[in-house]
Amino acid sequence: MIFERIKPSFIKSFQSFSRMLPMVFGVAMLTSIFITVFPENFYQKIFIGNKIIDPIIGAILGGVVAGQPVASYIIGGELLKQGVSLIAIISFILAWVTVGVVQLPAESLVFGKRFALYRNILSFVSAIIIACLATFTLSIL
Amino acid sequence: MKKDIFQKIQGKWTFLIIAVFLYITLFLFNFSLAVKAFFVFLGLLEKIIPVLFLVFLFMFLFTIFFHPKKMARSLGKNAGGKGWLISIIAGILSNGPIYAWYPLLQDFKEKGMRNAFIVAFLYNRAIKLPLLPIMVYYFGIKFVLVLTFYMILFSIFNGLLLEKILKFKSN
Repeated sequence: MIFERIKPSFIKSFQSFSRMLPMVFGVAMLTSIFITVFPENFYQKIFIGNKIIDPIIGAILGGVVAGQPVASYIIGGELLKQGVSLIAIISFILAWVTVGVVQLPAESLVFGKRFALYRNILSFVSAIIIACLATFTLSIL
Repeated sequence: MKKDIFQKIQGKWTFLIIAVFLYITLFLFNFSLAVKAFFVFLGLLEKIIPVLFLVFLFMFLFTIFFHPKKMARSLGKNAGGKGWLISIIAGILSNGPIYAWYPLLQDFKEKGMRNAFIVAFLYNRAIKLPLLPIMVYYFGIKFVLVLTFYMILFSIFNGLLLEKILKFKSN
């Protein structure tokens, strides 16, 4: 029974998979341009030291740029050492991974424009709210 | 229906064409930056290709073993707590870039996966188990535990809220 399903399942999976490949490579190409244009030392120049505005800057910056999650941890860690507030760094790290302006056109193609747009807006707002909640929780623990 | 599929395929090619066009523009205006970007792209490909193989393998195995009806039971509208648990754990365990997982999620969506579970999956990709030691090194274990707790909580909250928004907008 299962053996009979191997060939048609392979063809079906391959068709669905190959349909998405141009988009995956397109996003990878755009991401590589972003990583090159915005090197790691670019970020420390952006924060202004305001505890209310910095988390919003962090979320905007994290949402606009693209790259590996590990890069956001390292940049965030280095920014913390340089005196940037924890709340700004948390919103930056969270938005880096959960909000994707570069991937937005691709996400719209796969899941629909509304889904992609509202998911990214919710993730952006959540990054700031979680940053506030986590900073508060850490201060009382 | 045929026209819709054709438009989707065209859209995906258009996206790649725009990326290639941007590369060509960068090559013309800043050659050294373009070369640097190209090597970064090659580095990304090195990381993406194994993930893509994994994604294809999952798609293939799910197509063989999971009937759309079974999929709808596990990740569909009536999946309940089990659906949340699967989406959260799968999101945490998945590695590689987010866009590499789009083909699998699209496949699941076509088989009846709830939008809220897709959101939970995508949101929990922020928790990367192999990278947690780096986070602990920079921020400490307390920070990691608190952040992980809030991220899981908000993945559910965002999933439910997005479904409500989409339902409201479609009415």
